[in-house]
Amino acid sequence: MPVYSEKVMEHFQNPRNVGEIENADGIGELGNPTCGDIMKIYIKVKDDKIDDIKFKTFGCGAAIATSSMVTELVKGKTLKEAERVSNEVVAEALDGLPPVKMHCSNLAADALHLAVEDYKARKAGKGPIGRVETPEHDENEHDLLEHA
Amino acid sequence: MKIINFDHFAATKMRPEVREAMEPFFMQEYGNPQSIHTLADEPREALNKARLQAAELLNAAANEVIFTGSGSESNNLAIKGTAFARMDKGKHIIVSKIEHFSVLNAVKALAKLGFEVSEIPVDKYGSVDPMDVKNALRKDTILVSITHASNEIGTIQDIKEISKIVHENSGAYMHTDANTSCGFISTDVKELGIDMLSAAPHRFYGPKGTGLFYLKKGIRIMPLIDGGIQEFGRRAGTENVPAVAGAGVACELAKKELKDRTAHLLPIQKDIVSGVLGSLDEVYLNGHPEKRLPNNLNFVVKYIEGESMLMWLNNNGIMVASGSACTSKILKSSHVLSAIGVDPALAQGSLLISLGEDNSLEDAAYFVKELPGVVNKLREMSPLYEEVKKKNKV
Repeated sequence: MPVYSEKVMEHFQNPRNVGEIENADGIGELGNPTCGDIMKIYIKVKDDKIDDIKFKTFGCGAAIATSSMVTELVKGKTLKEAERVSNEVVAEALDGLPPVKMHCSNLAADALHLAVEDYKARKAGKGPIGRVETPEHDENEHDLLEHA
Repeated sequence: MKIINFDHFAATKMRPEVREAMEPFFMQEYGNPQSIHTLADEPREALNKARLQAAELLNAAANEVIFTGSGSESNNLAIKGTAFARMDKGKHIIVSKIEHFSVLNAVKALAKLGFEVSEIPVDKYGSVDPMDVKNALRKDTILVSITHASNEIGTIQDIKEISKIVHENSGAYMHTDANTSCGFISTDVKELGIDMLSAAPHRFYGPKGTGLFYLKKGIRIMPLIDGGIQEFGRRAGTENVPAVAGAGVACELAKKELKDRTAHLLPIQKDIVSGVLGSLDEVYLNGHPEKRLPNNLNFVVKYIEGESMLMWLNNNGIMVASGSACTSKILKSSHVLSAIGVDPALAQGSLLISLGEDNSLEDAAYFVKELPGVVNKLREMSPLYEEVKKKNKV
């Protein structure tokens, strides 16, 4: 059995909405290069809706696929709807991720929420937020038996 | 699509001769070598023959060769076996920072039981300075274990010199993990002057499920598996006769072909190095420029992550490995790259190639042609590369 689902592979090989948005209304940048994942999501907001969304990701197959999927899930949706999309929803839409990837590379929804937060902060004159570093993984956290 | 295996450290295809040697012991000659009756005759003979074949490869005596279950088990037997047998003499053990996990986690386990461990650093090429080993030796040092060649960056250590220093300056035993080197460079135990050595036949066209352990006559270790008298009482349990028979043939082939293997692998290795470094910027080679295995290469490709590189190459039929955190399953990037001073963020772009007899110059050319497309695709997607491009413009 392959490590990743067909859907993950499809998004990994044909990622949607890759790129940058010049003069974006909100940018969510999240990750830690030491862990191997950095996601950067750009949004353009119109009438409280996500009018355009693009991403750039440094990371593994799961990181790229979840980034791609989250942009597809929320494009054209209201900010409220976008805020309700969780990492779990993204993973489910990809027909699941390997257990070990659930914590580490499944950050796309968090990056999206950060972009929305950044948009609101900028509007309130308190932005931009900039890159948010996620903590490094503790290898002792991972009991391989639990992943079985 | 043609499949190119550039990940021989994970698995090599068994040689037909190896399989042929194993075949009789599954269904016809299934007896237990320790029985007295006729059913045991052929299996016993097979064990004796394999032991001789392994002994010849290592330049050891047949009764200095013990078959274990894996290279990792051999390392554990050397380390824990020595620790438990000699704890009355001392509790200090020396290893290097770039050992395999079967060494590092074994000493970590011993540290929990009260043993003290010194980890010798390496230079930027991954070489251990024998003088650092000398300086770390203490009166209570019972064991020094240094890998013969790195399973990640391919650097070959001066085991002969280190062993000489250890024996001249202490009563410690000297073990070397040759699980990566055996079958590709000389592992003559007399030449190396060591007391124990581990080797892994599945790395050199033998079967999985068996490991080699050289234990010099007179060296005292405690078995990890107690039971019957198998393997001279050093490793109890009914012998894996098919695997051992296959391992023996793999050893015989290795001895015969050692020079030819190097002659076949070196030009392929050279083409990959010059091709990769010539066609991509911000890529560099890890490990020693000369003192390295003929069948390994380790690159760092900056600004992208190893697993996604591995997956794209896999799509193109090329099987490689990586030392990135995401590929590691414990979510930590390679301790070897960290020990040679590679920044943890850059270590994410690690690309690990291990060559074998089924590889050709055409494979190298195909890889060199495919890699830039993969790297550029991922860099275009990378926020780190974007930052660098912007900085360079300014």
